[in-house]
Amino acid sequence: MNVSLTVNGDQVSREVEPRQLLVHFLRETLDLTGTHWGCDTSNCGACVVLLDGKPVKSCTILTAMAAGHEVRTVESLERSGRLDPVQQGFHEMHALQCGFCTPGMQMTVRALLDENPDPTEQEIRVAISGGICRCTGYKNIVAATRWAAEHQEA
Amino acid sequence: MAAPTAERPIGFGRLKRKEDARFIRGQGTYLDDIKLPGMVYGAVLRSPYAHARIVSIDTSEALAHPNVAAVITAKDLETLGLAWMPTISYDTQAVLAGDKVRFQGQEVAFVIATDEYIARDALPLIDVEYEPLPAVVNARKALDPDAPLIRDDKTGQTDNLASATWEAGDEEAADRAFAEADTVVTRDIIYPRCHPAPLETCGMIADFNPQTGQLNIYNGNQAPHAHRTVYAQVAGLAEHMIRIQTGDIGGGFGNKVPIYPGYVCAIAGSIVAGAPVKWIEDRSENLMSTGFARDYVMHAEMCSKDGKITGLRVDAIADHGAFDSTAQPTKFPAGFFHIVCGSYDLQASHVKVKAVYTNKAPGGVAYRCSFRITEAVYLVERMVSALALEMGVDPIELRMRSFIAPEQFPYETTTGWTYDSGNYAETMRVAMDIAGYDDLRRERAEKRERGELMGIGVSFFTEGVGAGPRKHMDILGLAMNDGADLRVHPSGKAVVSISAQTQGQGHETTFAQIVAEELGIPPEDVQVRHGDTDRSPYGLGTYGSRSTPVSGAAVAVVSRKVRDRARLIAATMLETRPEDLAWEKGRWYVKGDPEKGATIDDIAVRAYSGETMPEGMEGGLDAQVIYDPPNLTYPYGAYIAVVDVDPETAEVRVRRFIAVDDCGVRINPMVVDGQIHGGLAEGIGIALMEVITFDEEGNCLNGSFMDYLVPTALECPDFELGETVTPCPHHPLGAKGVGESPNVGSPPAIVNAVIDALHESHGVTHLDMPCTPARVWAAMQGRPEPPQ
Repeated sequence: MNVSLTVNGDQVSREVEPRQLLVHFLRETLDLTGTHWGCDTSNCGACVVLLDGKPVKSCTILTAMAAGHEVRTVESLERSGRLDPVQQGFHEMHALQCGFCTPGMQMTVRALLDENPDPTEQEIRVAISGGICRCTGYKNIVAATRWAAEHQEA
Repeated sequence: MAAPTAERPIGFGRLKRKEDARFIRGQGTYLDDIKLPGMVYGAVLRSPYAHARIVSIDTSEALAHPNVAAVITAKDLETLGLAWMPTISYDTQAVLAGDKVRFQGQEVAFVIATDEYIARDALPLIDVEYEPLPAVVNARKALDPDAPLIRDDKTGQTDNLASATWEAGDEEAADRAFAEADTVVTRDIIYPRCHPAPLETCGMIADFNPQTGQLNIYNGNQAPHAHRTVYAQVAGLAEHMIRIQTGDIGGGFGNKVPIYPGYVCAIAGSIVAGAPVKWIEDRSENLMSTGFARDYVMHAEMCSKDGKITGLRVDAIADHGAFDSTAQPTKFPAGFFHIVCGSYDLQASHVKVKAVYTNKAPGGVAYRCSFRITEAVYLVERMVSALALEMGVDPIELRMRSFIAPEQFPYETTTGWTYDSGNYAETMRVAMDIAGYDDLRRERAEKRERGELMGIGVSFFTEGVGAGPRKHMDILGLAMNDGADLRVHPSGKAVVSISAQTQGQGHETTFAQIVAEELGIPPEDVQVRHGDTDRSPYGLGTYGSRSTPVSGAAVAVVSRKVRDRARLIAATMLETRPEDLAWEKGRWYVKGDPEKGATIDDIAVRAYSGETMPEGMEGGLDAQVIYDPPNLTYPYGAYIAVVDVDPETAEVRVRRFIAVDDCGVRINPMVVDGQIHGGLAEGIGIALMEVITFDEEGNCLNGSFMDYLVPTALECPDFELGETVTPCPHHPLGAKGVGESPNVGSPPAIVNAVIDALHESHGVTHLDMPCTPARVWAAMQGRPEPPQ
């Protein structure tokens, strides 16, 4: 079937299998491999992308369901050579180790800050609790989120 | 050269990581990100039964699928001599089951198709007829005389014993200590089966070129050189024609140490299909079939005399599952479990461990642990707290009385370890200060008055990491040493190649900092090369917290070799004798005339120039080394957990966690703290949530992240860290390793805290992990689960 959607600001139109998951469309069809796959059961959050600005798990959405919608992946965070404050915060606060959960975590945090620019520690923990990080114990992801909140451009 | 700052240390210090640049942009290259021209995709058909005879396998319908290239079964592998493979513990493991299946999820057939969806579509088209057999899932029952024989493939095997009883310590002396004791406590303690569950699962791309005989392997594993040697042995390929590239690895934690049947299938598949084969397991395959951890069933006794711990006796059974693929050095069939005597100056101890086969997935690997030390530390720290409870003494007080004293180091333990250094009481006191121990005890008393269930738990661990000295330790005959190769280019910038293998530990930054510390080359000018067997020296990789103790030492030593060469060149340049030169970071200068000197940049230019070199020395500025550690290193730490148990739901919440680690000199304190945070989170998972269990038929009950629960940000508190620094006397940098300490030390602190919360009000004296609400509730009702 033919599916048209917007990915990172670009209009794309492709023939896909009706059963294809959005995560595979992004990774295999568009070669946007920053979005990762980790569990199949919507538990790990490595595949989080923004669908019309809301964080979704792209392993649980069919490509066809994203038709006509706007998808943002980690590849869209850096603009004109400038890192998003969320990316900068993850680097400053050592909020990543192996890097596998990082794109999903960053997109989750981006969505949180878009909705709540000044979140408390507990609000951050709730927001990222849909994702799993096996390396950092989350402490520095919380700190990175605060860093990004404090360094948002006006 | 720019002056170092706190933000930009030339050497040790908090330095933000180089590798972040690609990861924060989603530009890491993990296995599944790699696509090769003409690549086809593999999928594994797995057994639904834990124990069953295979009557027949019919692959015709799968083969008839237009997009299926091949289906491989045990019969096909037999013709290639690949039906069985050696494990890292000298056992054998079926690559694909031919005679019978021995655990649920065992590999039965391998399908190769044009895309991943189709490969999986084809799996149900394979018709396998099974004759189910009774399954053995309980380690103690595995040795019952009427237990079904699991390993009938092994000549002479008549029972389910996987290895004979292995002993350490002195039985008679231990018996004497118990005969003379004032107080004795006894516990049956289980360290349940759990799983490292890295976020990226295991997989491989195998690319065999029949024309050249070259085999290129892309596979995120923790020990690429050792893997290459094993593939050469198993497949009969020439080792120099095999190249393994790891790419970026999405976590390992011990899970990516072994060689799995899927890897051998991918290699065989590439030979058969004549194309690159990508195989990546899904989450259920990862949890159900790859290296689990722990599964130790232990009986322990501990005694005291005159208020001090004096003796320990342990009788343990290791459950290896269907094949013994335990990760451990050859001479240590129970790993380093005999470090179970802990941090205490005991009179005597005795340890017995035997191992059994069961119809469960094979293993076990060291999940963020150095070869069974996690099991040992859990046991001894649970026992000390149990003994303190029995004696009516504060658990910290009993530890303080019984610690090995600083002046006793180097200290020979009752089971034969030589601890090199330590000041345990000081580290314990730092933890008590951060925790506010006295205030916590007052708070606990007040809460108990109100019927609230608050617990304080303590653990104090000593680990032996950095395996290991070649005279004592090898894996499959390979010495546990690591190489380093350092080349300083004419520009003064350097490349250091190492055999350690990062899975997120930040080697690209910290190993550059070691070169920077030793040579004064800024870390941004040092490229760390690893993850490619064609471009790095031989060594045994990263697990058992051995990167800094072994590979880090190799990098320090190779840097010093280059520095020594630089001294000879500088002497020629400055027209003086080498012994008249002194070193400051980045520069040799003339003693008594510090203005007169040569920087490492100047020396590098000279080394590659047409100018004269010192007598007998070739040009260039490089060196290589293989580092053989003289001993293990012995990091230690004091951990305090504060938990609240909900009286209504029995849910355990870790409210505070205080971790004071002594890992010796810290190369990058930011990275060290990060390692500790991550290990603590995994320790909380193991203590409260993470477990792999089976029903009586051997069905795995935790085969996805819906059932295998790992902690999220909501289960983890805001960790409170502290440090003491007791440099390792034999490590060139004084460092000891840290990655696994938090995972080793945290589970007993948490379980001790839960028992502390429930002892006074509910009479609970023992709980096994994980402390789920159901299990804690049962204990609160006075009906704990019977021991296995």
